Amino acid sequence: MSANKIYFEDRSIVTPGDLIAEGDFQIPWSPYYYKIGNKYYSAITGLIEVKENLFEIVPLEGHRYFPKIGDTVIGLVEDIEIYGWILDIKSPYSAYLPASTFLGRPVTPGEDLRRYLNIGDYVIAKIETYDRTINPILSIKGKGLGRIANGIVIDIPPIKVPRVIGKNKSMLDTLTNETGCEILVAQNGRIHANCATKTIEEVLIEAIQIIERESHIKGLTEKIRKFLKEKLGEIKNDSTAKTEANT
Amino acid sequence: MIQLQKPKLILDNGLRLDGRRPDEMRPIRIELGVLKNADGSAIFEMGNTKVIAAVYGPKEMHPRHLALPDRAVLRVRYHMTPFSTDERKNPAPSRREIELSKVIREALESTILVELFPRTVIDIFMEVLQADAGTRLVSLMAASMALADAGIPMRDLIAGVAVGKADGVLVLDLNEPEDMWGEADMPIAMMPSLKQVALLQLNGNMTPQEFRQGLEMAQKGIETIYNLEKEAIRSKYAEYKEE
Repeated sequence: MSANKIYFEDRSIVTPGDLIAEGDFQIPWSPYYYKIGNKYYSAITGLIEVKENLFEIVPLEGHRYFPKIGDTVIGLVEDIEIYGWILDIKSPYSAYLPASTFLGRPVTPGEDLRRYLNIGDYVIAKIETYDRTINPILSIKGKGLGRIANGIVIDIPPIKVPRVIGKNKSMLDTLTNETGCEILVAQNGRIHANCATKTIEEVLIEAIQIIERESHIKGLTEKIRKFLKEKLGEIKNDSTAKTEANT
Repeated sequence: MIQLQKPKLILDNGLRLDGRRPDEMRPIRIELGVLKNADGSAIFEMGNTKVIAAVYGPKEMHPRHLALPDRAVLRVRYHMTPFSTDERKNPAPSRREIELSKVIREALESTILVELFPRTVIDIFMEVLQADAGTRLVSLMAASMALADAGIPMRDLIAGVAVGKADGVLVLDLNEPEDMWGEADMPIAMMPSLKQVALLQLNGNMTPQEFRQGLEMAQKGIETIYNLEKEAIRSKYAEYKEE
């Protein structure tokens, strides 16, 4: 146990094939590293985070979501089958949402499921079952899950999700407090926002685009707070000016 | 530029036709993320050989029955653009291109962690923009870099270089005349940090001793290319280090 060695410093960039560590580490399985004998190699381009005798690789690239049981995801209805819906969840596999879990009762044969969920609808759901042999099966049992009736859905790469949430939800809190929108960040890189007006919506989208683009910069939360304050302040000034002109 | 008579490949001063020493490689340029629409992309240039690669996936396989239950399928297309050669090449895939697609696919299958994505497909496209010998290796390396850019888990980056024999002298990284008139051509691609060979072909004649010597020569070249590849990836994220 004592011969555990990590060859990289905290927050350095690793590339595929880099020998990260040697020894026996108690770390969870991840697709981002692989092990030969007692040697650990990186499988992707990422930032390595070293904590005492542990390490973790945070990917810098990746356009697909890797399904995990229990994750909240936002799916887009792609297809309607007899007993359920096929949803796109930005992963290599399409997800299946059985109608019985959605309706809370067995489906009557011949029932038109289009009435409840149509192609193009967004659904907030949880991944109930998934392994290598079957596609993910979704469930909407739980608080806040179900069809998205209003608001907007913003797409970001799944690897940027942790940044939009921030440490201890700092970024998410900033976004919600400043804009007053109801925001839900799903693990598969889709964000659902419910804002008071169209203009606030647009500002929020712009802010999320900044986070996506500059996700690696430190102190981004402060920058976003300032950006939102400025933008929303302008909007408020504009609207008050207009009302004054009207009177 | 078709020469019907064999030119002198090694000049009297021991240098090659393009002024390189026998163990010198052509200049290399690598750029990642050059295409917006692809999940990952890269341009790889080695001297006058220039290849662009794009990667899509892993994604659901259609038609379903072609998917494999235990791993991802690779669909690889190596293609030369009509303007890549001296005389216009017919854009239709030739026998040679189909074979090279297969050879490259098998090399990539050994490096990508395909077992992580059962029942899916990864599409890899390589387009030779300019050909000047060594396109299979440059394409392979471009594909490898594009895969890294797409964030697809793999064992190692692939680096490769050809060794050959021109006028009886072992030369590294052949150019077009050496490829055409030389006595042997041996492309080698490796996964350097695992010290494994991903691709090795031999065209022509070499003695066992020349083979070993050539392999050593190639390994040195591969090490240089491997470092350049890593550098190219790191430079894309240079800002990450500055903070």
